[in-house]
Parts: sequence; C-alpha cells; structure tokens
Amino acid sequence: MDRPFAITLDVGTSRANHTGSWRIERPVYVDRLPPCNDACPAGENIQGWLYHAESGDYEAAWRTLVQENPLPAVMGRVCFHPCETACNRVQVDEAVGINAVERFLGDTAIERGWSLPAPGPDTGHTVLVVGAGPAGLSAAYHLRRLGHAVRLVDSSPRLGGMLRYGIPAYRLPRTVLDAEIDRIVALGVQVATEHPVLDIEAEQRAWGADAVFLAVGAQLGKRVHIPAGDSTKVVDAVSFLHQVADDDPPLLGRRVVVYGGGDTAMDAARTARRLGATDAVIVYRRNRDKMPAHPEEVEQALGEGVTVRWLSTVERFEGGRLVLERMRLTPDGLPEPTGEYDELDADALVLALGQDTDLSLLEGAGAVTVSNGVVEVGHQMMTTQPGIFAGGDVAPSERTATVAVGHGKHAARGIDAYLRAETPARPERHALASFDRLNTWYYADAPRTRRPELELVRRQTNFEEVVRGLTEDNALFEARRCLSCGNCFECDNCFGVCPDNAVIKLGPGERYAFNYDFCKGCGICARECPCGAIEMVPERI
Amino acid sequence: MLRQIEGSHAIAESVARCRPEVVCAYPISPQTHIIEAIGVMVKEGTLAPCEFINVESEFAAMSVSIGASAAGARAYTATASQGLLFMIEAVYNAAGLGLPIVMTLANRAIGAPINIWNDHSDAMAVRDSGWIQLFAETNQEAADLHVQAFRLAEELSVPVMVCMDGFILTHAVEGVDLLDQEQVDRFLPPYEPRQVLDPEDPVSIGAMVGPEAFEEVRYLAHLRQLDALDRIPEIAAEFSEMFGRDSGGLVRPYRLEDAETVIVAMGSVLGTIKDAVDERRDAGERLGVLGITSFRPFPLEAVRQALAGRERVVVVEKAFSLGMGGVLATDVAMAIGTTTLHTVVAGLGGRPITRTALLDMLERARTGRLATLSFLDLDEGVIARERARMATVRRSGPFAENVLRDLGRPREDQA
Amino acid sequence: MSETRVHFYQVGSFAVGNRLLSADERTVQSDRRRTNSIDSGHRACQGCGEALGARYALDAAMRVTSGQLVAVNATGCLEVFSTPFPETSWQIPWLHSLFGNAPAVATGVAAALRVKGRDQVRVVGQAGDGGTVDIGFGTLSGMFERNDDVLFVCYDNEGYMNTGVQRSAATPPTARTATTDAVGPEPGNAFGQGKDVPRIAMAHGIPYVATATVADLHDLERKVERAMSFHGARYLHVFVPCPLGWGAASSETIHVARLAKETGIFPVYEAEYGEVTGVTKIRRQAPVTEYLRLQRRYAHLFGHPGRPDVVARLQAMADANIARYGLLATEEDE
Repeated sequence: MDRPFAITLDVGTSRANHTGSWRIERPVYVDRLPPCNDACPAGENIQGWLYHAESGDYEAAWRTLVQENPLPAVMGRVCFHPCETACNRVQVDEAVGINAVERFLGDTAIERGWSLPAPGPDTGHTVLVVGAGPAGLSAAYHLRRLGHAVRLVDSSPRLGGMLRYGIPAYRLPRTVLDAEIDRIVALGVQVATEHPVLDIEAEQRAWGADAVFLAVGAQLGKRVHIPAGDSTKVVDAVSFLHQVADDDPPLLGRRVVVYGGGDTAMDAARTARRLGATDAVIVYRRNRDKMPAHPEEVEQALGEGVTVRWLSTVERFEGGRLVLERMRLTPDGLPEPTGEYDELDADALVLALGQDTDLSLLEGAGAVTVSNGVVEVGHQMMTTQPGIFAGGDVAPSERTATVAVGHGKHAARGIDAYLRAETPARPERHALASFDRLNTWYYADAPRTRRPELELVRRQTNFEEVVRGLTEDNALFEARRCLSCGNCFECDNCFGVCPDNAVIKLGPGERYAFNYDFCKGCGICARECPCGAIEMVPERI
Repeated sequence: MLRQIEGSHAIAESVARCRPEVVCAYPISPQTHIIEAIGVMVKEGTLAPCEFINVESEFAAMSVSIGASAAGARAYTATASQGLLFMIEAVYNAAGLGLPIVMTLANRAIGAPINIWNDHSDAMAVRDSGWIQLFAETNQEAADLHVQAFRLAEELSVPVMVCMDGFILTHAVEGVDLLDQEQVDRFLPPYEPRQVLDPEDPVSIGAMVGPEAFEEVRYLAHLRQLDALDRIPEIAAEFSEMFGRDSGGLVRPYRLEDAETVIVAMGSVLGTIKDAVDERRDAGERLGVLGITSFRPFPLEAVRQALAGRERVVVVEKAFSLGMGGVLATDVAMAIGTTTLHTVVAGLGGRPITRTALLDMLERARTGRLATLSFLDLDEGVIARERARMATVRRSGPFAENVLRDLGRPREDQA
Repeated sequence: MSETRVHFYQVGSFAVGNRLLSADERTVQSDRRRTNSIDSGHRACQGCGEALGARYALDAAMRVTSGQLVAVNATGCLEVFSTPFPETSWQIPWLHSLFGNAPAVATGVAAALRVKGRDQVRVVGQAGDGGTVDIGFGTLSGMFERNDDVLFVCYDNEGYMNTGVQRSAATPPTARTATTDAVGPEPGNAFGQGKDVPRIAMAHGIPYVATATVADLHDLERKVERAMSFHGARYLHVFVPCPLGWGAASSETIHVARLAKETGIFPVYEAEYGEVTGVTKIRRQAPVTEYLRLQRRYAHLFGHPGRPDVVARLQAMADANIARYGLLATEEDE
C-alpha cells in the first residue's frame, strides 16, 4: 500500500536502532557452584541430577548421579547428607530432601535394572585395590571407567567393607548393597575375597599391578581398660556388628550397655534391642548437645526404646553390675569427674569408643608415611610412596562412607594421571552460589516431604529397614524443591522480564543467549534471575 | 425532486445517502438538527450499516471519527462554534493523519460573550488546520457540497469541512432538490482508504516526526491542498454534468463582466449582497460579486483573475482577526496585489446584514468614504462610551459586561 | 504413612516460564513465538516498566485474539519511544492520535470494525497515567459509559515522565516530581488528592476492571485473557515503575512493583460489573518503608531528621487498602 510519508511506518523498522550502544554493564550467564555440590564429600553434581529428576527423567538423573558415585541406593540410606545442611533452601523453609531423592533414584535404578556406564577403552594398566569398602568400590568403578584393569581384594568373605559389616541391615538392606556392588563388579572388576593382604608391595608384585589403592578402612575397635570381673561380657562394637552381619550374633543377655556416643554406639544399641535386649542403655560422658552421633540416629534410637545415661563414664564392671561415675561439664564443655557414682545392672558392655586402622601390611612399604594411625596422602590421594594411593578411613578424614566414596573417585583420577604420567588438571571450581544471590520470590512455598518410618513396634523386633523410600510423587515433589542455586534451570524469567526483548531463548536444554545489539544493560534479568545465574559485568569500552 | 425542507434535514438526508458508516453526535446549536435526523435514520434502520455514537464531547466526536476513518470506515460528524474549538486539537490531527472525514460546520460565533448566532469566526479559527473548507451559499448548495465533499476527501485523503451559516441556512426551510440514493451512489464510489489498520498488514500510523522530516510532511500536505484546487472544480463540473446543477467549485462570480467594484464574500450573505448589487446596478453603478466557495484551499489564481483590473474590491466578511482586520480580506489582498481593498466586517454573532446597510456601505465606497477596515452597523456610541470609561478607570473590568450594562441603561443622550 | 499427591512446580506460579508445564499452561511471555508486540530497538529508558507492561499486555491480548488486534495509543513515553520516524517498534496495527483522546479513537476503531463486519478484530487502547486519569479522563469515561468494545490499558507510572517527571493525578502523596518538589514544610506531592481510576471505572458498571503490576506476569496475563472474554468496555490498570522518574535503579523495576503490591500501596484486584470479584493476596507482607526507600522521589522522608510522621501516613494508606480489599491471606486461602 502507498504509505503516507513519515507519519506511517512499517513493521520491523526499529530493529535498525541498536540500543546496545547505551549499555555500560552487560549481563552474562554464569554457572556457580551450588552449596550442596560444594558440601558433598563424594563430589556429586547434586543440582545437576536433581534437574533431571524434576522433570521425571529419573534415568537421566541417575546417570548424572553415577558419574560421581556408583552407590546411590546405598548412599541414599547411609549418607549423613552434608548437602542438606548446606542447602540454601534451609533459609527459605527446609532443606531439599536430597538424600531421599538419591535413594529413590538408586532404588529405581535397581528395580529397573539400569547398568552403569561401560568401562573405558583398555589402557593396559592394572591397579590393585585393597579393601572393598566404599572407598575401594568407588575407586574400582572409576578406574574401570578410565579403562584400567582392577584387582579388588578383601579379607572378608563378601564385598562391602563397613557398609556390610558395620552398618546394620535395618539401615541398609543387604539386597540393596548387593545389587549396587554387583553392578560395579559387572564392569569387569577381578575380585578376590577372603584375601587378607599382609605385605602391600608383595601383593602388588604378585598381581603385576602398576599402582595400588589402599582402602582397608578402620576395622579395629578401640579399647580402654575397664576393670572387669571374669564373668563379665565385654565386646567391642565393631566386632559385635560384624558378627551380627555374619549372622552369628553373640549372646549379650537382656541388659546391654553401650559405651560411647557416636553413630556406632547408636547402631550397637539399636541392634542389641533387635536381638532381644529389654534394656539397651548408652553411657555417654557428655550431654546430648555434645554427642557426635547424628541427631536423626539418636532420635531413632530413643524412639526404639534405647535409653541414655548422660554425663557418665564406666568406672568398672563386675558381677552383672556397672559402676558409673557422674561427670559434669566444665565451662569449656569438657567432662570432668564428680566423684559421685551410680550403679547399673548389665549383662554385657559394648565398647563403641572409636576405631583404629590395621596398617601392618605397610611394613614392607617403607616410603609410606603413617602418622597418628593414618596414612598421609597428598594431592589426588597419593601416599608418600609414588604409585601407592590411599583413601577412606585409612586416610585422614571424617570417616564416613560418603567421604570414602569421594576418596575412591579422587584416587582413581589420581592413579589415572599417575599412570599416564600427567599432571592432573584441577577442574575449574566455580564461585559459590550463596543464598544472597538468589531471588527466592520465585520459588513456591513447599515444605519438605518426610520419609515415612516403620512403625515402632516392628522396629524393636526385626531388622526390617526403618526409613522407607519416597513414592515417585514425593520424590518428584522433593526434587522440584531444588532452587537450582547458581545454575540456569530455564525458568524463562530473563526471557520474559527484558523490556528490550534482548534475550534469545534457545530452546529446551539450550538455555538462553543475550542479544547485545539491543540489550541496554538495565540489569532486570540479573535481578530477577531466581537462581543467580546472571551477572552484570562492566562493559568493555 | 424539489422539496420544502429545513436545511439541517436536507443535509442529514444528503449525508445519509453518502452512506456514512460511523457518525458521531454531540449537541451544539445550530448543528443539532442534522445529527438528530441522522440519529433517527440509524435507529430506525433506514441508514445501515452505520454506527451512530453519542459521544461526550466534540473532542471525542472528532477523535472517534479519527479512529473510525483510520480503521477504514466513512466517518461523518457535525459541529459549530465552541464545539469546533473544543475539538480543534483533533481537527488538526485528522488532517495531519490524512483521514478523509467529512464534517458539517454550522457556522456560529465564538464566545465570550457566549453567542449562538451565525458568523464565520469558528471556521476562521481552523483555517490553518489542513482541512478543506467549502462554504455553501444556499441549502441546495450545502446539500450538494456534502456529496462532493466525501468524493473529494476520499480521493485526496484530506478531511473536508462543509461550512453553512448557522440558523440562516440550517434552520431555514426552503426548496431543496436532493439527489436520490441511486444518483449519489453513481457519483460517490465506496470508500477505499489509502491506509487502514489491519492485522493482516500491520503499520504504525501517527509516528513522531522530528525536524528531519516535519517540513516535508507539511509541504506535502500543502501540495495536497493545491491538488484540491484542481479537483474541486473538476468534481463540481462532473456533478453539474451528471445532475445538471452548478454547486461547488472554487469561486462563484456574479455580474463581474464590467464591474468596477467587486464585493467579495462567503456563505449565505451572498444572496443579500447580490440583491443590493442588483439594485445599484439598476441605478447604473457597475458592481459585481465574487463568492468564495473554497476558502481552503484558497483559490489565489481564480480570485486574481476575477478581480484583475477592478477599481475597488470590498470584502464583506463575518469574521475578523482581532488586532489585524479581515481574514478573508487578507487572503484576497494577497491575490489582487495593489487594487484598493476595503474590508467590511459584518454580521458578527448573528447581527443581520441588511440590504439597507449594504447599500449604505456601497454608497460610501463609491464616494470614497469607506475606510480600509470598517464594521457594518457598528454602534459607535457604545464604543465611544466604553472607551471613555476605560480611559478613566484603569481596571475597567470585562467590557462585554459593561457594554451590556450600558445598552440596558436608559440614557438621556439617546432618548 | 499417609501420603498426598502434591502438584508442585518449583517456580511455576511465579516465574515467567516453567519447563515442567505443558506448553499451553505456560505464560505467553515464555513462548518463543510470542508476538513481541513492541519490538527491540525502541528508545525506552533502561529498565522501563511501561515498555515491559505494554509487551506483556499486548502479547497476551494477541494470543487470546489469535493476532486479530488493533492498538490505539495516547501521546506519552510509550508513543514517543516506540515510533520516532523512521522507526516503529510496533508489530501490530497501531494508531496514535493525541494525548487525551485514545479512548475515543479506540471507540472509533471499534465502531469501524463492527460496521465493516470484522468483529473478530479486537481493539486495545493504551495510555500512561496522564493520558488516562488526567487529560484523557473525559474520553475514557465516555467510552466506559457507552460500554464501547474496547480494552483500555493504563500503564501507570505515577506522573508525566515524557515531559520531565511532572505530577499527575496518579502521583502519590509526598512523591517528589518536577512540579511537586521536595522543598518547603510539606515536601513532595500533597495528601488527599489523586484519582482512583480503577474504582471510578467500576462505578461505570463496565464488564471488567482489573489492576495488575509488571511484577506478576501470570496475574497480568490472566487478567488480559479474562478481559478479552468480555465484549464492551474493559479497563486494566497496570502498575509500571519508572526508573528515571522515581529515582530507582533500572534493575529494580520489577522488584519495586512487587513491593508496591506486597506493601498494600497498590492493591491488585479485579471486578466485574462494578463488583470486586477477586483479590491478589499479599504473599510476603512488607512495610512501606521497604518500598519507599528504593526510590529517590521519597528520599526526603528519610535521613536526618526524616519524616516518620509522613511515612506513618503512607503506611496508614497501605493498611487502609489492605483492609478495604482484604489483601492479607487468611487460613481459608491456603
């Protein structure tokens, strides 16, 4: 049509005006490290796998998860989830139930028979892994993925280490443990059980291994001297739990006292209850606030009828009677004796006072430095002797299964670099996605889902799993509570709030790009990004 | 068919046969009868399809017309006086946007003091707006001009205002021969807008234009007015050929052949002037009349030709520019150059322009006693007294009120 | 061990988009194929709330009408920044006439479409607050009274921003503008003036009246959709912060709008045929100071000595809104 001059204008003409020249700051998309990922000892990309779980793509979620950790069903039960402690959502309502979703994914994988990624191309190298606990299993898995042959040896008849012999079945059903171990072994791990290693170097030579990962754990229960009469029964908790796991529980009687305040003490007391003890009493020298056991464990133990004698130490044990000394806390929180005593009837005393490592196998390996009962390791978990790596409870750590899994992964990567004679590149670590970078307005209010628990009466009589899994609906709900801190989750906010239509939506999974021809640098996109994945940076002049 | 009909109704029927699609109404005397009559036709369904919209102001009336026209509808409205001034921003806008709206202006004075009677002050107030302004001498011509106006407006994408004297024409019942529907349809094709708001072909209409192009936009609008100078007589000729009646055109000469003195005027007063001229012609005076039909665009060339070589030109006009003088006369002056030009301001606010007064004025012209600018039938006494009062009282107040008081007071000097 | 199925979509209720929702449940703005009724390259200031509000409202209307839309625009920022010759940002048919006549022009367009038998094409009129509550108020009221088939959208940035931030009848008490400067014993705009046009619109008994902000896209789009389901006069009053005129950071536009709603300063509700039918509840109530402090136009209320008495009056106004419209969520709402 013949348009009147100047007064009438054609569509699309404003695009000739590149308003990007007004800009003094430009928005850029960033990925920041979510606090959950930051806190995970196993180095899981939690935000990454929750992203897939949110859309109900559990297989993709699980596949992302097992990039780092081959034992999600196990860790979804036994991990004390520092991720949830770090979770930014704590400051909105409650932490995302990461652990529960992890377990859901792990269980779903077992149920549907998903297999781990195939091993990498054969490198011709062989690595000896000593100890088939979480660290050893993790290392074996990651080494296989890197293409190395793995010899996995363990002194026990079955694989799993402390997962099997330390953690009671009511917390970790053996079918679950077996399924995840079998999946690792199926990657072509050569296994030798009931194979104690007495000399690490000899063992290495025997297998023709190019490197060793030492992960024998801390299997020795610490003992203290307690005057005890001949007829008394005193056992250490590690041995006690090991025997129970072997289906050969010792007879402890009806009144069992557990001495100690850690998770092993809780496990021992709760196991004793299940074995028929009417009284399972924990004696602990400090108060509940100072107790090292995880609060959930304590809560569950108390719920099952376990009682605690706070601020008490065991003085002596004689004739079915324990003598306890009352303690009080100094202003520094340390226990000190009061000189006052109580008595407590007991058939058996279980000592849960910590564990030591048995490092006698290192005697031939002179260059490995041991201090304070643990092996010194450096970057990538290598000991002071090149080619020998160590991890899990034998290395300095918090001694949790999750830390062990992380050690196994790091050691595998370290071993791989060592075998390739490369200096391992440290992956770039993104800046933390702290809470103050979030715009929490956009997240719907959603308190967390509780995992259902087994009825109390059933818990006291059998080893059925206490904490149940989430239903799919609940797992989905829980996954969707993730704030996706510091990582774009394609909420379209930037695309929608730009007054200049200067955000290009690239499509599902592709995120967005800025059209700097038109972006004026107002900063609304960054301000309104829920997860803090946009930063304003000064414009280059 | 010739019928005795009130001017307003003649216009209403004539407009209705132009098939307007959107008609806005806001009452103001003396335009009301036109709009009322159209309203009846729409309501009873004899004019359809047509949206008849009772708006809340003249500003809205013109604004609704703008929207309707831009969306492709044939739009019509009517107003007068204060109403025109109230819509003046939109009047300019309609022209600026090139929207072919047709509006009847029932000419009326502008207050204060408020006055409902006829003069041309309202039309003069919008002479620079970009509208074509056609002045009707009779109701017959007014009726015919509306038909021509739609044709002209739509051909050129310029709005057209048909000016007819309020009351004198609008309320006069006289014989008018209205075109029937078939005739109008033959003369006036359906509206094909130059541009239209259409989702299938979106454009932005009404851009902000800065110094880089504004002058060109204005000049193009001016050229469009010059185009009208060609089209107005052509359309009038076509009309005449089709219906055998002279209506419209640029100017309307009367007894000009040998005229030494020519009276120039617009609108219904031309009839009275012609009577006066006839009377003096009978007495041997060589007088003629030039009626201006197209005030905007102003037919400079036609006026120049009509007035060339005359001894004297007297412009009788129903408006003037305060502090300056005649408005029409200024335009005429520009056309004629050096010929002696007199401006006679007459009929303001509906004051009758009598034949007696006109004859008196012509006598003064003949005898060289007509001032360059004079006011017909002006009460010099009132003026003198108020001026005197103003000279003595510094804050003399609104003189319109004073004049009224003065006129109402019994006075010895007039008794 | 009872479990209830919970539909929960992470950010679905508040963010623009959500990959977890089906396409037809997402906002118009999350759609790559949205109209972008107002295109890139417009000359609005950085962070302009009005540019954003216009795109939100018109794109939503475009979706509802399947692209059969004509817009009429009053003079003002929106018109000036979008159509400086030779560039227009509008991708829909658009007409600008004057400052005070957009409602009437829209009436004319609607009348023309009706007479032409093009009833499927719908008309939106739009103006800033000056063009709506002041100079255009007469034509707006006329359009309402006749119940013409026009959705009129007011983008309220509480002043004449295009001409240099002067006071309008929508300028709130105490706000500093160029014609209500922050000087003298009672700095800023006067109390007790202003015009509540949404309520005046309701008094016309027209089919639909709603208020909205650029901070709640879902609410705004739903209201446009609702508005377009009616024929007759409809009015949508959208709160659009002006970074320049209010002295707020350009990045804060949406945040400021959100606080206006969350404080009760700007009540968000809708009404049909003169009766309030819905209220958007305050989700996280905030004191007015949180809103005021983000804007330099209120700077004279703070600092030393500040005007706690005036702030208290503003809080009282917000509280009165909260009471009048029932803006606080009750147990039953949850």
